Amino acid sequence: MLLRNAFLGIFVLFSVLGCSSQKLETKPTINIWHWMTDRDATFQELAKKYETLTGVKVNFELYAPSDAYSQKIRAAAQGINLPDVFGILGEKRDFASFIKAGHILDITPYMEADNGNWKNKFFPKALAVNEFNAGNSYGVKPGIFAVPIDIMTIQMVYNKKLFSQLGLNPNRPPKTLQEFLDIGTKIKAAGMQGLVSGWGEVWMIDCLANDYAFNIMGKDKVLATIRGDVPYTDADWIKVFSIFKQMQESGVLAKGLVTMINKSAEQLFANEKAVFAFNGSWCVNVYKGMNPNLEYGAMLPPEASSQYPISIWGGAGSSFMVNARSKNKEEAVKFLIWLTDQDQQAYLAQATNNLPANKNSLAKIPEILAQFARGMDYATHPNVWGVSEFSLVIEALDRGIQSIIIGEKSPEQVAQEVQTIKEREMAKKRAQ
Amino acid sequence: MKIKDTLENYTFVLPAVAIFSVFYIIPFIWVFQLGLYEWDGISFTKVFVGLQNFKEIFFQDRNWWQAMWNASYITLIALTFQNILAFMLALACDREIRMKNFYRVIFFIPPVLSEVVVGMAWRFIINDIDGANIINRMLIGMGLGNLAHNWLSDPNTALTTVALVHCWKGFGWGFLIFLAGLQTIPRELYEAARVDGASAWQSFKKITIPLMIPVMVLVAILTVLGTMQVFVLIVSLVGGEFAGHTSVPVLRILASMRGSSRFGYACAQGITFGMVLIAISFIQYRFSKKGH
Amino acid sequence: MKNAVYYKSKKIAINTLIHIFLISVSITCLYPLLWMIASSLKTQDMIFKDISLIPHQFRLENYVLAWKEGGFGRNFLNSIIYTVSVVFGIVIISSMAAYAFSRLKFVGSKFLFIMFMAAMMIPIPGSFVALYVLLNKLHLRNTPIGYILCMINVGLSTSIFLLKTFFDKMPKELEDAARIDGCSKIGIWWHVALPLAKPVLAVVIVFNALAVWNEYILALIIFDNRQFMPLQVALQSFQGEFVTNYPLLMAGLTITALPIIIVYLLMQKYIVKGVTQGAVVG
Repeated sequence: MLLRNAFLGIFVLFSVLGCSSQKLETKPTINIWHWMTDRDATFQELAKKYETLTGVKVNFELYAPSDAYSQKIRAAAQGINLPDVFGILGEKRDFASFIKAGHILDITPYMEADNGNWKNKFFPKALAVNEFNAGNSYGVKPGIFAVPIDIMTIQMVYNKKLFSQLGLNPNRPPKTLQEFLDIGTKIKAAGMQGLVSGWGEVWMIDCLANDYAFNIMGKDKVLATIRGDVPYTDADWIKVFSIFKQMQESGVLAKGLVTMINKSAEQLFANEKAVFAFNGSWCVNVYKGMNPNLEYGAMLPPEASSQYPISIWGGAGSSFMVNARSKNKEEAVKFLIWLTDQDQQAYLAQATNNLPANKNSLAKIPEILAQFARGMDYATHPNVWGVSEFSLVIEALDRGIQSIIIGEKSPEQVAQEVQTIKEREMAKKRAQ
Repeated sequence: MKIKDTLENYTFVLPAVAIFSVFYIIPFIWVFQLGLYEWDGISFTKVFVGLQNFKEIFFQDRNWWQAMWNASYITLIALTFQNILAFMLALACDREIRMKNFYRVIFFIPPVLSEVVVGMAWRFIINDIDGANIINRMLIGMGLGNLAHNWLSDPNTALTTVALVHCWKGFGWGFLIFLAGLQTIPRELYEAARVDGASAWQSFKKITIPLMIPVMVLVAILTVLGTMQVFVLIVSLVGGEFAGHTSVPVLRILASMRGSSRFGYACAQGITFGMVLIAISFIQYRFSKKGH
Repeated sequence: MKNAVYYKSKKIAINTLIHIFLISVSITCLYPLLWMIASSLKTQDMIFKDISLIPHQFRLENYVLAWKEGGFGRNFLNSIIYTVSVVFGIVIISSMAAYAFSRLKFVGSKFLFIMFMAAMMIPIPGSFVALYVLLNKLHLRNTPIGYILCMINVGLSTSIFLLKTFFDKMPKELEDAARIDGCSKIGIWWHVALPLAKPVLAVVIVFNALAVWNEYILALIIFDNRQFMPLQVALQSFQGEFVTNYPLLMAGLTITALPIIIVYLLMQKYIVKGVTQGAVVG
């Protein structure tokens, strides 16, 4: 009896707790869900500032880590419960699906207003990632659908102190692949560790493979391959795969590279246990936290060929979208315009050691970040090419390269396997 | 009277069935029928493809079967090494020895730690570049230096190493359940056997084992279910699927859901996985019944 | 005389071996825990440079920082409320159902039991999305009770399985005696079955407490309100997209491990007390 009453009591208690409370607001509140742990404090400060300026309350909610954030967004989209402002972590294809499902506000009119006032504040490459061009393969009407709040590039970094120890000039990083491989021999002889990167997480492999693909065969041929006009068994692609084999054999890659998550790689480089790292510009903040005295420089991946320029991935780092069904659309857009304005961007960049998306905010950034920023000239990104490769093909390519690095498969084998899957996927698509 | 009796019986299971129907059956049916569609998880339209996804899993998805094979390998190690260890420890703690309570608490620490911490800590212990290389150092210290190895970064040993770490984390559960089972065997039976002149080994064989069989089956089934679904540990130990060497089914399902945005296909994979687990559990159950 | 000495030294030898075995296993269990605690007392840059188990400085303030920055106060309370409610709910609901499956006869008993078993074996990928939409329709999303009901469901199958296995083994004599004495079915369940099942109940409690305490992804997806979030979600905020604040993360993880260890400490004595409780009618 007593037990049952207790149980009933608890049940009632929770039913009461279960009723969510409704508050009446005079000024709207903008709800923003984000995943950027290291920027949460800065976001909160900016939100307070905005509230004193305009009286509009901005509520930043952090949901980390990014995998969980992604799932939350997708669940909320299904339940048609998205907040006023949010981000989509994923490929352009997913971005397109969200737009077609009506979740995202088309902000082109706001961008183009006043002769493109807002639009021109950004680096064109930062916007490109959030733009859909006419005739794109995703079936989305052309326009701009999200706002970049920072930019990033993914390049290589090298440890200047270890360079001196190896007898190399710390101010002259390798420019060609051959120089890079020669350094590898020195690294092996000295018993040090070479390049570290999160190649347990396959997308980073994809990034470097792509960089070299652009370098060896040029953008057009790469896009042609994605479209299916050029096979992966082409000699140029085999050259790309072979580069990884050469790197492994020369000793310029660190041991156990294929089982590293990016965080381990960052910690190794920060603790001066690795000579090179392949990482994005966000690493500046990470390394600073782990080892403020680290002496390092940024460089482009060493060129394998001089026919075409080497390219790197870069563009918008994080972007925010506005919920098309939000009741506070206008206010949300106004806030985003303020957030991406010169001063706020400069503040954000300084506080979190990231590159601003606003062209005019580059004034006071540390030298190492400036080196990353210079790489933007060479930057491209899969989200701006207008075509996407099949994800199963990408997976096979990345896993294939992992196999090459651990010496289980040859570049030719991998090329053949990737091409087989590509043909299968294309056949499937034609059948639909 | 009979009706009242039957109704009473039903009220015992009513809360469980009610909650189960709402929170499991409904999502299950939704996911089950999604296996017949091609859907990206976002759009409001889906494409019905019938059994296409299942055909693809069975005939084209080599990655899936490699993942199943890896998971089975880890499970086999868990069923043997982990559970035998747990049983031996439970036997040891069942006796009247000192520090019993201490051991009981210590052995349950691994299950309490989150998989992320376990992965990070063991990665630190095992790896030489980004860790303390303790295992290899111990081997060298014992004069077995030529056995020193890149346990986690060598494709040949990575899976086994992961399996052993998983056993380390899991044996605490088996230990607990075995201990509970051993404790319910009445001491009088052992007393009687001793009086009759039976040796320790004989009473173990004739009393302990037969009475523990249902518990052993229980632990075996739970081990299979728990181990086949491992994945967080793999990501924190080796970063991911390591070119397929440490692929497991759940990672493949997540890859379909998030990497390829093929929600329907992921559901089909989940259903296939479930069917395999049911089949294995069914065989285990039947096997135990026959042995009795 | 010789025999006695022989047997005594044999016993000592065996006991020593057993102790060596137990201690070596214990060391492997303790090391990662000590590593976690040691890391929580270091600073971010020292954490991977300094591999010793004893940190140079004892930054106990990491724990205070972790508590404050993680907003642990409210979230800790939430986790306790959720864990207690879910465990309580599961113990009652699953023991009733397990008892019924084991001891009561009714149509569909076998079928329902098999369904619960099957549920244990089929993981539903993307079940979070399904539950989100479902809770939304029931207007229970973003409410504690919605979360609690979902979590009760999560542990139901395994708990029923554990308890039924035990109830099947239970000697019938005690129940028969109680029935003859005029006890109702509920009475038998409450006064006879549950007390006998204390060891298994303890396992069920520990198992479910651990599951609910460590859960974070469902909570993160269905709650929109910070004030409902459990501890694990707050903890994740230390594991950023790019920067992970390791010492604080380790401090947070240590704090979260403690209550479960306490629950286990409380429960484990029931598991071994069972010997004297399980009186068998001779």
